[in-house]
Amino acid sequence: MTSVEDKFEESKKLGLQIVKESEEDRLMTLSVGPQHPGSGHFRFTIKVDGDYIVYCDPDPGYVHRGEEKMCEYRNVIQNIPHLERPVIHDSSNITYSYSLAVEELVGIEVPRRGQFIRAIASELNRQVYTLYWLAIYGIFLGHSTMFMWPMGDRELFIDLLEALTGARVTHAYNIPGGVRNDMPDGFKDRCMRQVRYFEKRLKEYEDIFYNNPLFRQRTEGVAVLSKEDAIKLGVTGSVVRASGIPYDIRKAEPYDIYNEIDFKVQYMKTGDCFARSYVPFLDMKESCHIIEQLLDKMPQSGEVRAKLQPNPKGPPGEAYRRVESGRGALGYYIVSDGTPKPYRVKISVGSFRNMLALPYLLVGQKLADMPAVYWSLNYWPVEADR
Amino acid sequence: MATYPQNFRFGEFVGSLIWLIFWILIIVTLVGLPLLFIILFYVPLPPIGDEVLTPYLFLTMIVDPSRTIPIIEHLMTTDLFRVALFPGFTYAALIAAVTIFVERKFLAKMQLRIGPLYAGKIEGILQLVADGLKLISKEIIVPSGADKVLFWAAPIMFVSTAAAVVALIPVAPGWVVADIDVGLLAVFAILGFFPLIALLFSWASNSKYPFIGGMRALHQMIAFEIPFILSALSVVILSGTLNLTGIVDAQLQSYWFIFFVPISAFVFYISSLAELERIPFDLPEAESEIVAGWLTETSGMIYGLIQLGSYVKTYVLAALFVVLFLGGWAGPMVFPPEVHAPIIDISPIYDPVAANATLWFTLKTFGMILLMLLPRGISPRIRIDILLHTGWYKLIVLTFINMFIALALIYGGILGPGGLLVR
Repeated sequence: MTSVEDKFEESKKLGLQIVKESEEDRLMTLSVGPQHPGSGHFRFTIKVDGDYIVYCDPDPGYVHRGEEKMCEYRNVIQNIPHLERPVIHDSSNITYSYSLAVEELVGIEVPRRGQFIRAIASELNRQVYTLYWLAIYGIFLGHSTMFMWPMGDRELFIDLLEALTGARVTHAYNIPGGVRNDMPDGFKDRCMRQVRYFEKRLKEYEDIFYNNPLFRQRTEGVAVLSKEDAIKLGVTGSVVRASGIPYDIRKAEPYDIYNEIDFKVQYMKTGDCFARSYVPFLDMKESCHIIEQLLDKMPQSGEVRAKLQPNPKGPPGEAYRRVESGRGALGYYIVSDGTPKPYRVKISVGSFRNMLALPYLLVGQKLADMPAVYWSLNYWPVEADR
Repeated sequence: MATYPQNFRFGEFVGSLIWLIFWILIIVTLVGLPLLFIILFYVPLPPIGDEVLTPYLFLTMIVDPSRTIPIIEHLMTTDLFRVALFPGFTYAALIAAVTIFVERKFLAKMQLRIGPLYAGKIEGILQLVADGLKLISKEIIVPSGADKVLFWAAPIMFVSTAAAVVALIPVAPGWVVADIDVGLLAVFAILGFFPLIALLFSWASNSKYPFIGGMRALHQMIAFEIPFILSALSVVILSGTLNLTGIVDAQLQSYWFIFFVPISAFVFYISSLAELERIPFDLPEAESEIVAGWLTETSGMIYGLIQLGSYVKTYVLAALFVVLFLGGWAGPMVFPPEVHAPIIDISPIYDPVAANATLWFTLKTFGMILLMLLPRGISPRIRIDILLHTGWYKLIVLTFINMFIALALIYGGILGPGGLLVR
């Protein structure tokens, strides 16, 4: 059992974590981002000793938008469109937990059909996000076909969501009280057909990418995050599931109708880059089953949205609700003072928690593994900055 | 819908066109033609048939198609034609241009995309021209603190080194710029310049990412140079000569060497991918780790020149593979022995053997180029330690296995002078 401190001590002994001033000359400091093709809106400084990374300092905050402060100037319904900005690819999930928390504060019961449609929207959005993530992972490893295929298949779900919500990426669909509007006609058949097609495509992804020997060589056994370290670092989502902990909010604290759905929590035991890249893929497979079940079990008619007052407000109090987003647990802590506007909103995102593992995992790795390790953490810089 | 400037007048547009044509006519007649005559007067022109070529005669011959043929026939015997046009640089650059276009469309089809579509109306066939014009019109940014001389010289060195190898490749019997006895050795000697140029350029850029990329290029090319040369060595054992034309002749007398030494061909293919810095061996240009590797500080036509050089290099290595393993220009005769063109009699310059050889050589080379483009669609980038391990341990061992097979074939009397399989 190696703890975080032990590993740092160990790497110091190995000469990897070099902090001596006399040896600083040997190191080359590389600034990865914010204009580096492999970083996104994010910067981390690394120091390399030859080909080995000996030091990593993440520096988020380039796209800080003050979402939490902005929430204090708008009422709970007005907050929806700007709250989905941090992760426009996963916008149904990021507004899902907000809606849950607001419903708890205001005291609304969501109609049953509304709960189903909400879950469908969030599962479809999880596919959109994960496909985007997979595309970037492909191009980070130099696999350009794996960039194009998920980007193309992402359109399947974007079209479905467009039919459902009217917008391609920022849906503003999951709102306190249910969903904005009902499903269009024929949506169920179309959704079933496209999900079945996508399940066939997932097999092809496995053939060209996950079973590629070069991909296996590059990721297997790289940057292993052990079970204990994963718990200590507090990572979440696919990262913690890749380290052998079957923890999924949908199972751990089921919200809405998720306790009626039969699904398995996908996890792997190795905790290396391969596991971290494969677990989201397994999640996509499982998500397809969930969508099929949801479509089957959904009540055929009924209200989709509870009636709300123009300025919904509840008694003073606080609420914390979270959902499983594409990047892990995504929670909202809302304090209300009895007025229509929230007194304080705190967004707890999976990206930021996963980013904390980056300096720990990168030290001791080769420079060539940097993109593979970085993106396997399922990190979305804009969400972390909020 | 087309958009017009707000103060667009059709009359002014026609007027400006007429004005342009007027000035072109004035300049051509008053300056261009006299200048051409003066130049042609001082340039020694060869005698064609029984007449001495004068500038006047030269111009009339250009206009008269039947009299152009002797000039072309004469031109084809000159060294300049060989160096600049047919087996030389223009042929290679044309193939490189087609390669770029084919690569983009081929990769697009593989990735369920369309690829270039708009430039040139038909399937984006003029995309390369558009890209070239864009690169030419861009500003070339030289980083502060860069070694200016090397920074400017390295791209030109890159292209000219690639073009120098082209001179050694025989395209058809007798159609080679430099037919030297140590052809294969010379090819490897010139290819050895490339890591040096990459390192020089990366050093001259005075930047961190190019430097890492240059070091990677050096590591990679040195690791793969040895299996590269050793895999060609088994071909030398089989053919008994270093002359590239001689190697093709040896295959014409027996069978293609790929049937005898397939492992060598495989090693040669892998090593040439590494030599070309193509995926999966594009570590020196790995964009997700080190921006664009040793090309990070390139801009404008400096980038264009390096790309041109690397595609010419692709042609060279594919052609070398064809010469060494696929029997060079060997192939069934498809051209008729004589042709009768309706208006112009092209029989003096018609050579069915050379035309047939060129056709088969080009076809095979193109097939090889496609095979070299293929990994880009199906493979991720390899890591440097795996790459070095592959180069130093696995490929060298494989080449030795095939070298012993080649020696056994020679000493067993199957190939070589008077062998069983020699026709």
